[in-house]
Amino acid sequence: MATAAVIPANVRWWNGGKSPFNASYGKVMMWYFLMSDAFTFGAFLISYGTIRFSQTSWPDPNVVFQSAPGIHGGAPLVFVSIMTFILIFSSVTMVLAVHEGHHMNKKGVEKYMWLTVIGGLMFLGCQAWEWHHLLTGSNAVLVNNPLTNTFSIESWAQTTTKNPWGPAIQDATQIKAAFANSKMENIIELLTNLHGSTHFNEDQLNKLSKPELIDLAVKNIHHVSTPGAIAFGGYFYGITGFHGFHVLSGVVINIVLLIKTKLGHFDQRGHYEMIEKGGLYWHFVDLVWVFVFLCFYLV
Amino acid sequence: MSQVKTSPEVTYNAPHSEGTGRIWKTFWVLSALTVVELGLGYFLFLKGTSISPSLILTTKIVIGILTLLKAYYIVSVFMHLGDEVRNLIMTITVPLVLFVWFVIAFLWDGDSWKNMRKDNAAPTKIEQHSVSAPAH
Repeated sequence: MATAAVIPANVRWWNGGKSPFNASYGKVMMWYFLMSDAFTFGAFLISYGTIRFSQTSWPDPNVVFQSAPGIHGGAPLVFVSIMTFILIFSSVTMVLAVHEGHHMNKKGVEKYMWLTVIGGLMFLGCQAWEWHHLLTGSNAVLVNNPLTNTFSIESWAQTTTKNPWGPAIQDATQIKAAFANSKMENIIELLTNLHGSTHFNEDQLNKLSKPELIDLAVKNIHHVSTPGAIAFGGYFYGITGFHGFHVLSGVVINIVLLIKTKLGHFDQRGHYEMIEKGGLYWHFVDLVWVFVFLCFYLV
Repeated sequence: MSQVKTSPEVTYNAPHSEGTGRIWKTFWVLSALTVVELGLGYFLFLKGTSISPSLILTTKIVIGILTLLKAYYIVSVFMHLGDEVRNLIMTITVPLVLFVWFVIAFLWDGDSWKNMRKDNAAPTKIEQHSVSAPAH
């Protein structure tokens, strides 16, 4: 690109005495590490795609991810788009820090590294909220007891061993019969955690008789599903967790770089290339999120 | 601020622009691409039950292409790979071409498993469960 204009055409890159890639050893190795990491993430995501393609039903992301802090359901893509923009913006502040480093502007590097670290922490906070929301959620699932071949309704969260988002049950009489078979504590848990405008108090529900509880459940719990593919939880928590761990280590690396900048180490060295290498890692984290966003939330 | 400072191992310095215009332009491009992706995502959410499966698949493929475009901008501008010498660009990007075959082969395989699963499926389906579950 622009480089071709300044490098003479007859440079003998491989004759020794200079880096054949016109880059420092550390930067080239960072690129190779990121390439190998891209294969790791790629393998995870392709494995997820293979299993997803092999299932006859898969959870709809617009149902799984439809809540945000203060919004109980009905708002798909809202929270994850906030997370996406946080990460894009922290990528911009990172590249601005690299830019300031090229011009040996210590104050500028410090300012933008601070903003990048804050962006990373905000993203991690969002992910913590989302995991907590899914792991403590309460979803009505129609479960078969194979011993008696009877159906009852249980309250399931999304974990690595339970997926509450299989095909939905439409038959109202079947739902009613299954509620009659269900344990009272399951019905109470479902009613107290109900999304929407109606809220039930656990103490008041405990005072009700079982027929009254069943009546309330039939009237208020409209979304009952069968168990979904178990693989969903393992892939979701595994891949977003592995990505989140990259974000966490990126934040730690950025804090170390910020401290080294403040101590003047890069001024003594005469260049800010460490910021560039840390930046490569941070942009890679953003790059992976673009694909995680695609595979888990958009399609 | 004319001289760009880099590692002494670098022979020729790429002419990094003085301003930050290119960075912000890329930020707006990435934001616009994300907004279009979200718009298509909402289209699938609102119309997903009433449009044909082929239109759903087409929309998802378009979202995938927009994602690859975002990846290109991040790698080329933010990670400055576009400013490196050709040798370095090739040694990073050529191995990644393997992904083209990985994606085709593995998704094909997954689809084949699904078809075998459907062929061998037991006659009882989820819808037929409604005949059981009497109230005890």
